[in-house]
Amino acid sequence: MEVCRKTANGLDGTELRLGLPGGGLEGDVVKNSAANGKRGFEEIVDLKLKLSPKGTCTNYMDQSDEKVVKISPKDKKFLPCSNDPPKPPSKAQVVGWPPVRSFRKNILAVQKSSDEEREKKIGSNNPVFVKVSVDGAPYLRKVDLKMYKSYQELSGALGNMFRFFTMGNCGSQGMKDFMNESKLMDLLSGSDYVPTYEDKDGDWMLVGDVPWEMFVHSCKRLRITKGKEAIGLAPRAMEKCKNRT
Amino acid sequence: MSEDRAEMSEDGGESSSPSSATKPRGCDVSGGGDYLSPSADQVLDNVLDNVLLFLTSRRDRNAASLVSKSWWRAEALTREELFIGNCYAVSPRRVTERFRRVRAVTLKGKPRFADFNLMPPNWGAHFAPWVAAMGHRYRALEKLCLKRMRVKDEDLELLARSFPCFKELVLVCCDGFGTSGLAMVASKCRQLRVLDLTEDDVIDDEVDWISCFPEGETSLESLIFDCVDCLIDFEALEQLVTRSPSLKKLRLNRYVNIGQLYRLMIQAPQLTHLGTGSFSPSEIVAQGDQEPDYVSAFAACRSLVCLSGFREITSDYLPAIYPVCANLTSLNFSYANISAEQLIPVIRHCHKLQILWVLDSVCDEGLHAVAATCKDLRELRVFPVDAREDGEAPVSDVGLLAISEGCSKLQSILYFCQRMTNAAVIAMSKNCPDIVVFRLCIMGRHQPDHITDEPMDEGFGAIVKNCKKLTRLAVSGLLTDRAFSYIGQYGKLVRTLSVAFAGNSDMGLKYVLEGCPRLQKLEIRDSPFGDSALHSGLHHYYNMRFLWMSSCKLTRQGCKEIAQRLPRLVVEVINGSEEDEMEDDFFDVLYMYRSLEGPRADAPRFVTIL
Repeated sequence: MEVCRKTANGLDGTELRLGLPGGGLEGDVVKNSAANGKRGFEEIVDLKLKLSPKGTCTNYMDQSDEKVVKISPKDKKFLPCSNDPPKPPSKAQVVGWPPVRSFRKNILAVQKSSDEEREKKIGSNNPVFVKVSVDGAPYLRKVDLKMYKSYQELSGALGNMFRFFTMGNCGSQGMKDFMNESKLMDLLSGSDYVPTYEDKDGDWMLVGDVPWEMFVHSCKRLRITKGKEAIGLAPRAMEKCKNRT
Repeated sequence: MSEDRAEMSEDGGESSSPSSATKPRGCDVSGGGDYLSPSADQVLDNVLDNVLLFLTSRRDRNAASLVSKSWWRAEALTREELFIGNCYAVSPRRVTERFRRVRAVTLKGKPRFADFNLMPPNWGAHFAPWVAAMGHRYRALEKLCLKRMRVKDEDLELLARSFPCFKELVLVCCDGFGTSGLAMVASKCRQLRVLDLTEDDVIDDEVDWISCFPEGETSLESLIFDCVDCLIDFEALEQLVTRSPSLKKLRLNRYVNIGQLYRLMIQAPQLTHLGTGSFSPSEIVAQGDQEPDYVSAFAACRSLVCLSGFREITSDYLPAIYPVCANLTSLNFSYANISAEQLIPVIRHCHKLQILWVLDSVCDEGLHAVAATCKDLRELRVFPVDAREDGEAPVSDVGLLAISEGCSKLQSILYFCQRMTNAAVIAMSKNCPDIVVFRLCIMGRHQPDHITDEPMDEGFGAIVKNCKKLTRLAVSGLLTDRAFSYIGQYGKLVRTLSVAFAGNSDMGLKYVLEGCPRLQKLEIRDSPFGDSALHSGLHHYYNMRFLWMSSCKLTRQGCKEIAQRLPRLVVEVINGSEEDEMEDDFFDVLYMYRSLEGPRADAPRFVTIL
């Protein structure tokens, strides 16, 4: 009796759908289109030929990778053995092939997919938590940017949050402004404090330049810095800051 | 019995034959009519002990231990370095009873194919019983190297407490422990010189293990933690580096950004090996709007010979490494998705390079540049950015050919590609006669020569024929039994062979088992080899460390027959999934290995030992 090996996701069983060659799985589509223009096709065409669904894809960075769920031996008779010469039109991904260790695949996938995950998150109603640090405050805070509809609302919330922290070397006028002001952007003109954020490219930008929606999409974390000391913003942002003060 | 002894002490040096372990020790029975007085005997023993101290190679020691009982005993008492290639070939108790004065242990566990998810994770290879036995018997232990073992935090704690002289811990491809275990080692191993973590899967317990190193000057020479994917306290790391004047090797994880790297480098210009961490900025620079002078930081590291890291590279910063390129012997860009254009300005300075790891993003063009400059190259590894069968791989036979023409001293190559030709492989076999390790992975299964459409038999045949020093081979692409006949015919020194999706019939495996006398490790997946082929290796299995066959044409009955014929072989049949019970004739993996101990007691449910 032949011993063959095919695996399948326990949830879906084996699915057969019509579609284009390429064998990509849904989760891969977003990644693939970034990596290779050809794959973009699959986004447009909804149908895909899937012989081995999600659980067996070797480059999909997912917990389901760790568990190799098999179909029962009886079903094996109906599937081709992996050593049959004629290949299926769409190449099903085989477990453990090519032999690249998962940490090596995962790391590159992490670099590519972290941006894509953010995109997905923003699109839905999921909260978007970003860390907020204020120079001189002992603790960081987290805010859900989805709770606010404008910069004004955000600044009000931040003002409330950091109201009770002492701020070390800040001037008393700066402190009053920060606590009393409801408009974060006004800090730029009156005080030492500069609100900045890290965008998804890793650059530090001034808060307030882009429309609010775009800001929510691209902001990874917020930092309220003391303008005179701690500026290492991306050069363009630096210029703008100087021009305003 | 004597057959056992001769066969089982080949390589590994794990053990002697079972019978000698039961004979009384220290009792020289040889002289029936005694010529030698006890004192002369003792003189002989002392001489022997002192001479044997100079014997370091484990193979030499194995040979010496077979000479006579007194030699066996003397060797056992003087062996300081222990190498155990398969943790299940011998028990901790047997080992610690025979060798009494061990200072360094190397221990290997899981088979390599387990790395690719071909069997469930809880297969075994537990470090716990070893650390318990060694903690009891080897109080003077200084060095430990584990590969593919399951190591728990408790084991690391026991290690840290049991060995007051402990100096070097090297963990490769291990799992089961977390930052808590590392904290134990850091805080309790006061003489620690080396803590090397390579390709381990470390659990993030959110313990700040870097801060657990004791205050004051440390003896640290090597701190490698690039695989530890957990946040660390940078200030603690900086202080650690500052108070570790002997530090020569430092490999950072991706949570250390380039600004932090700079701060560390200026504290440690004496480094010889550096892993750069992310190599991109992610924090606001604290001191004004000027970036630190990365170039001068690298320039100050005059002893730097080995550079790696670049985990999330911002390639604008790559020119910073120019000052060290001329001295580099080892460069690892295998996490850096850089193009040929970005590689070339770097590589053209690297005249002394011997080891290069890159991603295929550098393309054939990048490999041309390597071939043009790196005339001393010994080892090349090209990994795929897109590790799928039908992905785009920008390296091909063209790059391989270029390398072979430029780097005639090449000894070891690992090359992932989508397209290959026999001609390029044949050319490499002729241009690079010193090749010891040849691992070619054509990622599409059953892919022929992309120009002639023929199988890749002739290419691999040329490698085994022309590369007379070849000991390790991994094959791929469309291969018929002919390829295996070449391997059996010419691959007389081959010790490790990896086969996937290859061959036509049982003859393929037979050629190899009958033709390769030095074969130690054979790993095969998804190839049409059945019971008859398996039987053809009966004469050889005691000489091997292991045989792995998954998704081939074996039956349970066939494997059982092997187990019956060779009682000292442990024959495991393994289910690929933890949930399934063992059913009928069906199994996914055959894993068999010689052992003095018989079936292991810690086999999980999905493993059946025949």
